[in-house]
Amino acid sequence: MLVKAVILIGGNQKGTRFRPLSLDLPKPLFAVAGFPIIQHHIEACVQIPFLKEIIILGYYAVSEMSQFVLDMVQLYKINIRYLQEFEPLGTAGGLYHFRDQIRCGNPDFFFVLNGDVCADFPLTEMLEFHKTHGEKQKAIVTLMATEATRQQSLIYGCIVENKENNTLEHYVEKPSTFISTLINCGVYIFSPEVFHQMANVFNKKQMDFYNVENGSSIEREALYLEKEILMPLAGTGKALVYQTIKWWSQLKTPGAAIYANRHYLNLFRERRPERLAKSVQPTIIGDVYIHATANVHPTAVLGPNVSIGAHATIGYGTRIKESIVLAHSRILDHSLVLYSIIGANSEIGCWTRVEGTPCDPNPDKPFAKMENAPLFNEEGKLNPSITILGNNVTIPSEVIVRNSIVLPHKELTRSYNNEIIL
Amino acid sequence: MGGKDVKLGTMKALILVGGYGTRLRPLTLSRPKPLVEFANKPMLMHQIEALLEAGVTQVVLAVSYRAEQMESELRAETDKLGITLIFSHETEPLGTAGPLALAKDILACGDEPFFVLNSDVICDFPFKEMVDFHKAHGKEGTIVVTKVEEPSKYGVVVYSDQGRIEKFVEKPTEFVSNKINAGMYIFNPSIMKRIELRPMSIEKEVFPCMANEAELFAYELQGFWMDVGQPKDFITGTSLYLKSVREKNPSMLYTGPGAVGNSLVDPTAVIGANCRIGPNVTIGPGVVIEDGVCVKRCTILRDATIKSHSWLDSCIVGWKCVVGRWVRLENVTVLGEDVIVKDEIYINGGKVLPHKAISDSVPEPQIIM
Repeated sequence: MLVKAVILIGGNQKGTRFRPLSLDLPKPLFAVAGFPIIQHHIEACVQIPFLKEIIILGYYAVSEMSQFVLDMVQLYKINIRYLQEFEPLGTAGGLYHFRDQIRCGNPDFFFVLNGDVCADFPLTEMLEFHKTHGEKQKAIVTLMATEATRQQSLIYGCIVENKENNTLEHYVEKPSTFISTLINCGVYIFSPEVFHQMANVFNKKQMDFYNVENGSSIEREALYLEKEILMPLAGTGKALVYQTIKWWSQLKTPGAAIYANRHYLNLFRERRPERLAKSVQPTIIGDVYIHATANVHPTAVLGPNVSIGAHATIGYGTRIKESIVLAHSRILDHSLVLYSIIGANSEIGCWTRVEGTPCDPNPDKPFAKMENAPLFNEEGKLNPSITILGNNVTIPSEVIVRNSIVLPHKELTRSYNNEIIL
Repeated sequence: MGGKDVKLGTMKALILVGGYGTRLRPLTLSRPKPLVEFANKPMLMHQIEALLEAGVTQVVLAVSYRAEQMESELRAETDKLGITLIFSHETEPLGTAGPLALAKDILACGDEPFFVLNSDVICDFPFKEMVDFHKAHGKEGTIVVTKVEEPSKYGVVVYSDQGRIEKFVEKPTEFVSNKINAGMYIFNPSIMKRIELRPMSIEKEVFPCMANEAELFAYELQGFWMDVGQPKDFITGTSLYLKSVREKNPSMLYTGPGAVGNSLVDPTAVIGANCRIGPNVTIGPGVVIEDGVCVKRCTILRDATIKSHSWLDSCIVGWKCVVGRWVRLENVTVLGEDVIVKDEIYINGGKVLPHKAISDSVPEPQIIM
């Protein structure tokens, strides 16, 4: 048997909610729990038996991704390629465009994972499910689904499942009224037959283009997975639903990165405990990742849920909690960093307090997902959220920066509260 | 001739202590205001010691609240200094003039003038100079005036070049003068005929008449002045006071490790490594400051503890408080007696009542009950 995996990562014009962290670096390469977001995907894929190749599909320039791909190949000793879409092709257009690359070697199945979700990916179980259930019904696709709250389901793709045979009955993307609490996780297994579906849709669209006068050539070759492939498959028995109760979340905002940081660190504790720091000096509380080249003073107190990047310097008597500190950053003596993301090569002075507000799921509601609050509230004020320092930001000593977003290369001179600093 | 000295030696003073000290809450919920330590010494003792130095040996305290506690606490101090303290207890609040009538028997028993002081005033007390000035003009009353930046917040005094007061303007709406009533006076006993034993305001009911009769003169205070009856001014007043200490008695100031600017640290206080103390900090007896703490423009009262790596700016930390590690306090935060602030908390302009434990940050100014 031969299995492949495709990771869809979009491009610069997508994922703008991840700014300012995505201004200098492609979002998929942003480090959560010490590793780039899609490295977590890759690690999950590598566990799949018979997996022979991983293809990363996106709109970023090859130069932005090539080093990462090389590193991944070195690390996991498996074929990994990055293929750049020539123009944004929508959520399925890239799959269709590169169908030959995906089909070569005759894989029996291929996974498609959305690059902007994070999860405890149950890929092997899902493969088993697709093989056993899909056999009888000649299923073309299995969608991974999970529960959400009634209210939150409205912002996701909603799935109605036939519980008797696990088939997809109905699918609506971001409905305006309640359809179902079961939502689409953005992780799929496809049989290569899906390319026939895609071809049909694609060709029809091309016909429409030629038939309509002055047809716009924008998005001429774009295909949309949810609307044009999945929705038509609903009710045909060719699409299956695999429901998981494992942890899953979208990763669209920096606040989500802090949330994912915590969960991935927690997963390391179960699966890869050697990655977590365990020492007496510095004092470690809970799950903490410290890169081997980071320089942490023995009097520092780190954790829970902290990731420290390569060559970072953590000074005397500092306290870091629920935060991500990226490579080459310096946090000087006595400072406190809480619910924040400190961009690469930034510096925080002495006795300074950098503090954000978490946007965790409501603990009283089962299956609640992260709050996806807009950036500003009704009065036009910034909603309290994780504090983010872009790359190369300098914060002086003795100030407080709270619930604020600082764009890269900025040098602050005073305290800030609830502001975006350009 | 010892005439002047003899006169001073029999001069008396009345200190208007008054009531609940509500503006200095939450500190005054635990102790009466005159006993709250300013620059490591009860506020009242600053005035009493200055009076003593000027030769006054009999001080009347006009109090309307907690007389017994003050009496027992001050007794030891004052006995040691050799000064006689008499408590004049108002059973109903008598305002700013009434207390004089209540203490008439003591204050007006001779014919020397007597001092009257507002208990919230801290300055370089010019008692000897006030007496000289008063004798020179020979009229019934002398009011000390001081220059301030924002006179409209106070009562403004208008006087001639010779110092004869012409009128008072309470909280003027246009600029009249930048000299205000500094809350220190000398009166001849003859003033008693103007004062009845009832709630009376000296500013509103007595001074205007005296001014009209040309019986009131203004003495211009040199040097710093502050009404330290509320936390913001208490903190500013401490900075001014410490500046004066630097000029008069610099050896009293803290010069240990981490010293910045002017600070006063009690010898029984313990200060850890890698701290920064100052500028303008007073640290009381038994205080423990752990490693890596930065304290600026603060008053830390007796037996408080500040744990490692915290940062405090413009605060008053009450007696026996425990401030945790990595705490940030700023913007005139006042912790009442025995408040516990947990690790990593941020308090901005909080006023915390006594015996409270704070486990959530207070990012906007608030009163915590």
